[in-house]
Amino acid sequence: MSGTSPFRAGAGAWRRVLLRLLLTLALPAVLLTAWWVASDGSTNVYWPPLRTIVKAFPDVWTAERLRTDVRPSVLRLLGGYATAAVVGVALGTVIGSYRRVRAVCEPVLEFLRAVPPPVLVPVIMLFAGIGDTMKVVVIASGCVWPVLLNTVEGVRAVDPVMAETARSYGITGLARLRGVVLPSASPQIFAGLRQALSIGIILMVISEMFAASNGLGFTIVQFQRGFAIPDMWTGILVLGLLGFVLSVLFQVVERRVLGWYHGLRASTRRSP
Amino acid sequence: MRGTNLALGAAGLAAFLALGEAVPRLGLVKEAYFPPTSRIAGALGDELADSAFWTALGDTLTGWALGLAIAVGAGIVAGVVVSVVPYLREATASTVEFLRPIPSVALIPLAVLLYGTELRSVLLLVVYASFWQILIQVLYGVQDVDPVAEETARSYGLGTWARIRHVLWPTALPYVMTGVRLAAAVALILVITAELVIGAPGLGARIAVAQTSQAVPEMYALIVVTGVLGLLINVGARTVERHALAWHQSVRGEVAV
Repeated sequence: MSGTSPFRAGAGAWRRVLLRLLLTLALPAVLLTAWWVASDGSTNVYWPPLRTIVKAFPDVWTAERLRTDVRPSVLRLLGGYATAAVVGVALGTVIGSYRRVRAVCEPVLEFLRAVPPPVLVPVIMLFAGIGDTMKVVVIASGCVWPVLLNTVEGVRAVDPVMAETARSYGITGLARLRGVVLPSASPQIFAGLRQALSIGIILMVISEMFAASNGLGFTIVQFQRGFAIPDMWTGILVLGLLGFVLSVLFQVVERRVLGWYHGLRASTRRSP
Repeated sequence: MRGTNLALGAAGLAAFLALGEAVPRLGLVKEAYFPPTSRIAGALGDELADSAFWTALGDTLTGWALGLAIAVGAGIVAGVVVSVVPYLREATASTVEFLRPIPSVALIPLAVLLYGTELRSVLLLVVYASFWQILIQVLYGVQDVDPVAEETARSYGLGTWARIRHVLWPTALPYVMTGVRLAAAVALILVITAELVIGAPGLGARIAVAQTSQAVPEMYALIVVTGVLGLLINVGARTVERHALAWHQSVRGEVAV
């Protein structure tokens, strides 16, 4: 990686790009082929041939189904996740900024974080019934902890020299928050948001498996109960794709927001 | 300083418990939905006296420990092999990036069909979810190996195994420990989830039963137990981490030069 410029034109650069492409695509291709070949003659009900699954895919995931099942799931996830992000960062900033508040809240927060989020589903079902509100609240209340605790840590770890400098220049209040505290806490906040994303997807699926009349989790369990095995497999694939797409989107956003930070890290690593 | 913090923390906890007692008593929340702290504590006492509770706790812990152990072993071996063999890291990167974000709960229907409510069903989910935490950390850790140290080891004629043992492993260990800590928490979440949704025996299944039979205080008591379990696992993982890395500067608190 180091030493050679990617801008050096010529056959060497092309070969490297080709090699990279080959390395990226080879294993997935091998794995898919292996799955295709190994399962081709499969008569096991639970492991249908990949050919059958692929053929079932367009029949199962029609535009209609995308609208009635995938869209509500994604909307619930986004609603809950956004709520958790806003609440987590806001509360985390407050708790992280005041030493005493932090000391009072810490044990309670540690405990609440330690509760495995899926057990919230039955509790919140009591309060909010089995509608969309329940699912959004479940997702939000599970996602909020990693965001909140990471924000607290990040706000607490603001570079003391920078904090002092800001103080001596009379930068206080909102300007201090926007210019000093949040930027320096943002790598930590994003680490929390990343953890929250996978928890959010888990909770979205579980809350729909528990009680729902639509959504991805609901549909997949329906297929499984009806022994529509190839259809169930397509559902698993769709969930996998959704997880993958969301994580790629997250990376894009993170790269944009934290671009300055990664640049800084890379430059300090290169010149010791 | 530490003493005041402890006192403030205890005060916060006490306030939290008092709030839990007062809110339902004052009628702000229906008691049927959220029983006061004292009734949850009573239910917790009943649970602790019940032998079925201890069996459930044992089942949960077995699933957690077995799943975590398998994931840690497999994650470390896979991570080291992938990063030591030339080109393997680049060749597997896209596959890892694709498989990792697949939510483990997507496998629930498959687990149910294959193994029903057996322990293997739980293990499938736990191992899948925790494996990636370890693998990714091992890969990061190996990437952090100082090229000078690696070259030095090579020029002294250390073989692959010796280099793994003396250069790669000490560098990667702090990362591995972070991975184990994260995986321990994820494993607990997945064990409870599997029990809750699939009905495999354990605390999660007991919570599901309490919920369907409207035994609300028992349900909260069991949730408190899972929280305490999570807390113990976090504290335990941190302690293990500190001991395993006692020689490392992040723990010794040495000033980096």
